[in-house]
Amino acid sequence: MAALVEFRNVAYRVGDRDILRGIDLSIEQNETVVLLGRSGSGKTTLLRMVNRLLEPSAGEVLFAGRRIADQDRFRLRRRIGYVIQEGGLFPHATVAQNIGLVPKLEGWAEERIRTRVAELLDAVGLQPHVYAARYPRQLSGGEKQRVGIARALAADPPLLLLDEPFAALDPVTRFEMQQHFARLSRAFGKTALFVTHDIREALMLGTRIALLKDGRLELVARADEFPGATSQEALAFLATVTQSVTSNHDA
Amino acid sequence: MLFNEIVRLSAEHLWLVAIAVVAATAIAAPSAVFLTRHARARRWTLGAVNIVQTIPSLALFGFLLPLPFIGGVGKQTAVLALILYALLPILRNTVVGITGVDSMVRESAVAMGMTDGQILRDVELPLALPTILAGVRIATVTTIGTATIAAAIGGGGLGTFVFRGIAMADTKMILAGAVPAAIMAITADEVLEWVERRFSY
Repeated sequence: MAALVEFRNVAYRVGDRDILRGIDLSIEQNETVVLLGRSGSGKTTLLRMVNRLLEPSAGEVLFAGRRIADQDRFRLRRRIGYVIQEGGLFPHATVAQNIGLVPKLEGWAEERIRTRVAELLDAVGLQPHVYAARYPRQLSGGEKQRVGIARALAADPPLLLLDEPFAALDPVTRFEMQQHFARLSRAFGKTALFVTHDIREALMLGTRIALLKDGRLELVARADEFPGATSQEALAFLATVTQSVTSNHDA
Repeated sequence: MLFNEIVRLSAEHLWLVAIAVVAATAIAAPSAVFLTRHARARRWTLGAVNIVQTIPSLALFGFLLPLPFIGGVGKQTAVLALILYALLPILRNTVVGITGVDSMVRESAVAMGMTDGQILRDVELPLALPTILAGVRIATVTTIGTATIAAAIGGGGLGTFVFRGIAMADTKMILAGAVPAAIMAITADEVLEWVERRFSY
C-alpha cells in the first residue's frame, strides 16, 4: 500500500544547531506511527513539518504522494487533523462551534455541520444535547481532550497528528482516553502520527514505534517487537517500564 | 443661569472627549493590529507613543499652539492633543490583548487551516476585545480629566469654569467645572466597564 506520509532525508536546523538530521520515514495507510523520544529529541518538530507549521531545512515531506511544499498550506492543513494538549480549544466558542470549525472553513451547510457535530460528540462519548452548547471552561481536562479529538476528526481527514494529547491528564483519565483513542482510530480507520515520551502509551497505541534520539531516527520497529529491541535508547525507555518492579524486589 | 452654562459646557466637554476617543480608537486599533505582525515596528512605536504620554498636558497644548494649520488657539488644537493622549492606552491594550492570546489556541487555529485574516477576525479580536475595551475605557476617563485643561487654549468645555474660577479666586466657580467633570468620569468608567463585561467570554 502507498505511504500516506513520507519523510525523505529531512533535516531541521535552527541557526547552526541541528534539531533533526537525515530522517527517512513512511507512514502507511491505516497505521498509527508513534514518535517516541525524550524532551528535545525532535519528535514534535518532525510532527509539525507534516502540516507545514515548520518547513524542513533540507529534504522533503510527501503527503498522499505529493510534495507538501507544492500544496496550498491552508487546504493541506484542513485535510490533516491536529490534536494538542488540552485540545487548544477556542475559549470563546462553544463545543459545537469548536468541532464545526474546519467544516465551516470548508463551506459545509449549517445543517450538515450540526449533524456531523452530534455524530462526533457521540463517537467521543459525550452526549450532544448536554455538551454542544457548553464552553471549554465548563469542561474537565478529559472532556476537553475528547472535544479536541472530535474537532480533529470533523472534516474526516485522512491523517491525524497528535502531539502528546494526553500528557496533561491524570493517570486514570489518560488510560481511559488511550483506550478510547485506540477504539476510535480502529473504527474510523485513521492513519495517525502520534508524539509521546511515554513508552506505555507508545506500546499501547502504536502500530509501529519510531524512536528518536538527539534529532536522529534511532530505530523503527513494530510495536509488538519493540520490547525486544536492543538499542541503547530503546533499552533506556524499556527500563522505565521494568524499573519499578526491580526496585520493589530490592526493598 | 449658572446651571444652564454648566449643561452647555458639559455637553461641549463630552463632545470634545467623544471626538478624541473615537478618533484615537480609529487610529490606534488598526495600527495595533499592524504592530502585532511586526515586532520591530512595535517596539519603536510603543516607545514613541510612551514619550508623548510623558509630556505634561499643559506643555503639549503649548507645543501645538505655534504649529501651522493644525495649531493655533481653538478646538481643533485641543482635540488633536486629546487624541495624542488617548492613543497610548488603546494602542497598548490592543497589542497586549492580541499578543496575549494563548499560544496553543493560536497554534491550533493555524494548524486547522485558518488564514491570517480569519485568525485575526474569528480568534484574536474576539479574545482581545475585553482588553481593547479596557483600553478605550482608560482613555475615555483620562481624556475627561485632560480635557479640562483644553480650555487654556480655547478648547472650551468644563475647564472654562476651572480657569475662570482660578482667575477670580472663586472656589464655587472651580467646583462648577470640577464636579461635573468628576461625575462624567465616574459615569463613563461604570458604563464602559459594563460594556467590557458584556463582551467577556
